[in-house]
Amino acid sequence: MTWPLWLELHLHFCMLSLLAVGGALAIVPEMHRYLVNELQLLSETAFSQSVTLSQIAPGPNILLVAVMGWNIGLQAAGGFETGTVAVVAGLLMALGLLIAAVLPSSLLSYFMGKWLQLHQHARGVRAFKAGMVPLVMGLMLSAGWLLQTASNPTMDWRLLLICAASMLIVLFTRVHLLWLMLGGAVLGAALGL
Amino acid sequence: MVGVFPSNICLITLESIVISNIPRSRTDLFLSFTWLGLQGFGGVLAVVQREIVDRKQWMTLSEFAEEWALAQTLPGPNVVNLSVMFGSKHFGPMGALAAMSGLLVFPGLLMLAIVFTFQAFAHLPLVASALHGMGVAAAGMVMAAGWRFWPMLKHHPIGWPLALLLMVASFGLAALVHWPLAKVIGVVGLVSCSLTWWRLQAKDDA
Repeated sequence: MTWPLWLELHLHFCMLSLLAVGGALAIVPEMHRYLVNELQLLSETAFSQSVTLSQIAPGPNILLVAVMGWNIGLQAAGGFETGTVAVVAGLLMALGLLIAAVLPSSLLSYFMGKWLQLHQHARGVRAFKAGMVPLVMGLMLSAGWLLQTASNPTMDWRLLLICAASMLIVLFTRVHLLWLMLGGAVLGAALGL
Repeated sequence: MVGVFPSNICLITLESIVISNIPRSRTDLFLSFTWLGLQGFGGVLAVVQREIVDRKQWMTLSEFAEEWALAQTLPGPNVVNLSVMFGSKHFGPMGALAAMSGLLVFPGLLMLAIVFTFQAFAHLPLVASALHGMGVAAAGMVMAAGWRFWPMLKHHPIGWPLALLLMVASFGLAALVHWPLAKVIGVVGLVSCSLTWWRLQAKDDA
């Protein structure tokens, strides 16, 4: 990876940090577009693995940026076969991109929190809050859709069914998310999908 | 001079009541948010509320609801925003850093350890199949998280048909047409916020 690309990558994540209204999942479609389609730093498989594995580990969703960084660094250094170099590259990229993704928005929270508290009933603030709702919802649904297509490029109907079932179970029951992931894993392995 | 005035006793008791309900130190903040981060699967909202409001009583429920609304309004990961605002309220910049890094450092290392373990076995067909199954299950979970906004859309100030249209537009532009996020926000977000502002103004004036 060249230095200009490295810099561009970090600056882009700094910008995404400030565009992440609605949280980490809302920027997943953009990360897919930028990292998979445009720069081709991540394969569809690596993208889907990054988001998926970040869901079975505890912690805030933004940590999926660290997992993507890990995969980018690992691949840029030549993959697992290169050994320690790749691991170090992966860790550095994970740390770098995570900091880029949380620092700008955290600084904004730090300096704007008080101001926002004072003006939370102002019409502009209310309009922003309510106005972003349709957008955030659309972005989160597209995050789910892109993750589905990345994990299921051939549109296997059994995988589509697992996806739909998982969505309905989350919406209508209180089953712990880990059981759902385990269910998906067992079905996937058993059916050889 | 301490202890000369009887009123001091009263002061000390008051102080101890207050102290029991705020984080003791930056280390306390760091450890508490680490514990919080390690419990949060999928969404952290429920965990934050249970730990900070119910168990530690660092905030009342209404304070929490207000802080959470603020954290959601600002861009960036909501729970990280909350940790920054909460940490800075008690210990300034270092408090913000302590709370935020508590949320990210150990949960992040644990996450990378899990990813590392999976990747070491990802070449096995069985593990690859399991990852596909988990991928679509996670996709369903993310879609469900998006769907949770439906009640807000239904009662949107601009009316649900228009709000739904804007929602579908942003889905199409992000997932199918692959517009950059800045452009989607610049177009759909601007239209949506302007319409909402205009409707709110009409309502406020009425």
